[in-house]
Amino acid sequence: MQSTFPFAAIVGQEEMKRALLIAAVAPGVGGVLVFGDRGSGKTTTVRALADLLPPLETVAECAYRCTPTARVGLCGRCQAGEAGARFKPVRIPVPFVDMPLGATEDRVVGALDLEQVLQNGVRRFEPGLLARAHRGFLYIDEINLLEDHLVDLLLDVAASGENVVEREGLSVRHPARFVLVGSGNPEEGELRPQLLDRFGLSVEISTPDDLPSRLEIIKRRDAFERDPAGFNAHWSRAQARLRKQIAHARELLPEVEVPDAVLEQAARLCMQLGTDGLRGELTLLRAARATASLAGELEVTSAHLREIAPSALRHRLRRNPLDDAGSAVRIERGMREIWPA
Amino acid sequence: MPDPWQLAQFAAALLAVDPEGAGGVVVRAAAGPVRQRWLALLRQWLPADCPWRMVPLDIPDSRLLGGLDLAATLAMGRPQAERGLLATADGGVVVLSMAERLSPATAGRIAAAIDTHEVQVEREGLALRAPSRFGVVMLDEGLDEDERAPAALRERVAFEVRLDDIRINEAGEALFAAEETARARWLLSDVTSTDELLTALNEIALRCGIQSLRAPILATRVARASAALHGRVCPDESDLMLAASLVLGHRATRLPVNGEPDTTPAMETEPSPPPNHDASHTDTGETPPASAQQPLAMQDRVLAAIATALGPEVLASLALRGQVRGAAGSAGKSGQQHSGGARGRPMGTRRGLPKRGERLDLVATLYAAAPWQAWRRKEAADTARSFFIAREDLRSRRYRQRSRTVTLFVVDASGSSALHRLAEAKGAVELLLAECYVRRDQVALIAFRGTAAETLLPPTRSLARARRSLAALPGGGGTPLAAAIDAAAELAAQVQRSRATPLVVFFTDGRANLARDGSQGRSAGEADATAAARQYLQRGFGTLFIDTSPRPHPRAEEFAHQLGARYLALPHADAGSLARLVQHSSEGFSPR
Repeated sequence: MQSTFPFAAIVGQEEMKRALLIAAVAPGVGGVLVFGDRGSGKTTTVRALADLLPPLETVAECAYRCTPTARVGLCGRCQAGEAGARFKPVRIPVPFVDMPLGATEDRVVGALDLEQVLQNGVRRFEPGLLARAHRGFLYIDEINLLEDHLVDLLLDVAASGENVVEREGLSVRHPARFVLVGSGNPEEGELRPQLLDRFGLSVEISTPDDLPSRLEIIKRRDAFERDPAGFNAHWSRAQARLRKQIAHARELLPEVEVPDAVLEQAARLCMQLGTDGLRGELTLLRAARATASLAGELEVTSAHLREIAPSALRHRLRRNPLDDAGSAVRIERGMREIWPA
Repeated sequence: MPDPWQLAQFAAALLAVDPEGAGGVVVRAAAGPVRQRWLALLRQWLPADCPWRMVPLDIPDSRLLGGLDLAATLAMGRPQAERGLLATADGGVVVLSMAERLSPATAGRIAAAIDTHEVQVEREGLALRAPSRFGVVMLDEGLDEDERAPAALRERVAFEVRLDDIRINEAGEALFAAEETARARWLLSDVTSTDELLTALNEIALRCGIQSLRAPILATRVARASAALHGRVCPDESDLMLAASLVLGHRATRLPVNGEPDTTPAMETEPSPPPNHDASHTDTGETPPASAQQPLAMQDRVLAAIATALGPEVLASLALRGQVRGAAGSAGKSGQQHSGGARGRPMGTRRGLPKRGERLDLVATLYAAAPWQAWRRKEAADTARSFFIAREDLRSRRYRQRSRTVTLFVVDASGSSALHRLAEAKGAVELLLAECYVRRDQVALIAFRGTAAETLLPPTRSLARARRSLAALPGGGGTPLAAAIDAAAELAAQVQRSRATPLVVFFTDGRANLARDGSQGRSAGEADATAAARQYLQRGFGTLFIDTSPRPHPRAEEFAHQLGARYLALPHADAGSLARLVQHSSEGFSPR
C-alpha cells in the first residue's frame, strides 16, 4: 500500500475541504459529492480524508461494527447479545471503502460464501462492500460512470440505512449506514437526480489558475513523489492539528445551538431559491452546525450559514435550463436578498 | 528542433525510462509499418522481461480486473481467483488497441488503476487488491478530431505522438540503444527537480491555456526522465524544452502567450535542440546553465520551440478556437462520449437458459448450484463427480439493449434565420435537453452558418457541455443548408452504427443561399439543398423540420417533405410551446 498524500498539504480547494471535514464531524449531514475538472485533485483530496478520521468504537469481532452502547440498529448477532460481545468495545480505524467501477452486485450487497458452501455445504453470508462501509465512508470515484443497476442498489440502501439481501437462498438484513462520497467529471455525463439528492453537500471545483498556487501544488506533488515518507513527516504536525480540530468539533457538535433568527434566515433562503422539499433546509442547518463546531463555536451565526449554503443547496435547485445562470450564481443572488450587503 | 520521427522516438525512449511516471502515450496513427516500427523501438527500450499486455476493445471486466477462475474453482472445490490483465501488467505496459472506440466505462477502470497504482477487485465473491503500476499505450486510429481516445485516459498520459505524416523511409535509425534506457532507469531515482524547472513548466502550461495540473506534473516527471536519459542528475534547459514540447505542446488550448510583449529576441536565440545523445552521458552533475538566468527569457525560448513543434496548421486551429469558443476554452476540446461496445452493459442476471442477446452467466450458475451439492451427491450416489448442475441452476446474464435515442439538433444560425428566432431555437433546444436528460437520452448539436456546418457537440449525455456549446453559438452569415443536411446524415449514420436510434430535428427557415461549392446565390443553394435532401430521404431517419421563419412559406413545408420530415411551422411560438410540440412529435418516432 502506498502512502497517501496528506490532507493538510492540499493547496486551496477550501470548499471541498470544508465539506469533507463536515462529513467527518457530522456524518448525519449526508455525504459529499465533488464534481469538477480533470486534474483538480478531487480523488487525492477525498482519499486523504481517510487519514484524518478519529477511530471508531465498536463491538469486538462484529462484522458490522455495531456501536457497543447502541440499543437499536444492531446486526442480528449483536441484537441477540451473543457471547456477551456487546460489552467488549474495541477501537478500530474508521472504514473508508473504495467502491471500484466494475464491482459486481454480489460484492456490493454481499452474497453466498462460495468457499463455505463448496467445501462444507454450509450456507453462509459473505458481507459485501455495503457492510464494510457501515459506520464509515463509501467512496465512489467517477460516480457518473457507475452502472445503473448498482446505482439502484445504492439509492435504496442509502435511503433506508439497511441492506436487505434476498438471493441464492439467503435472507439477510443488516444495517448499512455510511457517508457516501462521490466524485466525477460533469463532462462524462450527469448523475440521476435521485442519486444527486442522496448527497448532503455538493461542491464544484476547478483548477486554480493563479500562478503561485499552481506552482505550490506542483512543488508539493513533486516533493511527495520523490520522498513520500519525508513529505508526510514534514506535514505530520499540521495533520495532527486537523485531527484534533475534528475530534474537538465532534465533542462540541451536540451542544451547538441555532438561534431562531438564523433558523428563519435558513428557511427564507430555501424558500427564495425554491429548493425541493425540506431536505435542503435540514441539511443546511446540520451543515451550519458542523461548520460552527469546526470553528470551535457554540452558536450558529449567519456567517456560518452563508459559508455553507452553496454546498448544501447547489444540487437542490429546480432545474431551469432557460436560466442561463449556474446554480452558484442563483444561490449568490438568493443570499444577497436575505443578507443585503 | 528535431524532426517528428525523432520527437516520436524521444517519447518512446522517455516512456521506456519511466513508464509509470509518464503514464503512457497516445499513438495517433493508422495501423502500418511506421507504427510497427515505433512500437518495436518502445519494446526494445523497455526492460526485456517487462510485461507487455494487449487489451482488446471489448475486454470484459472479469479479464481486465480479475475474477473467479471457474475451471480452477470447480476442479479444486474452492474459490480460485484469476488475476486480471491490469494486475499482470504490473511493472510493464498496457496496450489498448483501437483506443478511439474504448468505452468511458473501461477507460474509467483503467484510470482508477493509474490513480491508485493498484487494481481493486470486488467481483464474483472476491475482494482483492493487487499492485498495478503500468504505462498505457493507446493505439488511436481515429480519423477526425471527434474520434479520439477517451479524455479520462488522454489526461493521464504524458505523450501524444502522431505518425501519420511520417513515411516509412523517414523512420530511420534508433536514437538510443537499449543499454542507454536501462542506465537511465537506474539513474532516475537520483535525478532531482529544481524550483526553476517546476516554475517554468507551470508557467508554460498556464500560458498555453492548459488548466489541468496533471500536465505540468507529468512534464516534470518527463523532464527528469530526460535528464536521466542524458546522464544528468539535474534537469537542464534542454530537458525542460523536450518535456514541454512533448507533454505540453499537444495539450495547448490557445496560442502560447509570451510574457514579454516583444517576442523577436526569443525567436532569434537559437533554441538549443534536445541534445544529441552521443555527447551527453559524460556530463553527469553538470549544473543547469539556464536556471540561473532570467527564467522568463528561457520560458519564451521554450514557447517558441513549442510553437515550431506544433506546426502552422495546429497553430491556426488554436487561434481559431480562441476566437470562437472564447471563455469556454479548455472545456471545448475534451472528451467524446463513445457509444460503447456492441455488447451493451450488463443488467444483472435472471433464471433460465440464455435467450437471444443473453449469455450464460457461469458464476451466477455456480452460486445457484452450490447450496445443493451435498444433497445432490447423496441423491445421485455418485461421489466421483465433483459438481452437479441442474437445469434450474442455470442463470443468464442480460445486457442492456442499446435502444437509446440520440436527438441531433441541427440549428440554423445564419443571418436569414433572424437572430431573435435563433434565441428561441436555443431556448427550445435547452428545454429539450432537459427532457433528454431526464430520459437519459443523448443529444448532439450541429450548427450551420456562414459557409459550413459544424458539429458543435458529438452525442453526449452531459447537459453542461450541451448548454455551453449552445450558449457560445454565434449567429449571422449565409445559409449552407446542403452542407447541414450532409452533416446531419453523416452524424445520424454514425449514431446508427453505434446501435442507437437517431432523431434529427432541423431548426431553420429552409432558405438556402449557399451551394456546396461555396458559391453564393439562392437558386444554386436551393438546388444543392434539394439534391442533399434526396440523398437524405433514402436513409429514412426520423426527422422533424421546425420552420423558424416569422412568416412560414409553403416552400419550406415542401422542402420538409423532400427530407421526409414532419413539418412544424411556428410563426409566433415561444420556446416553451416549441419544445412541447417537438417533444410530442418525437414520441411518434420512438417505437422504431
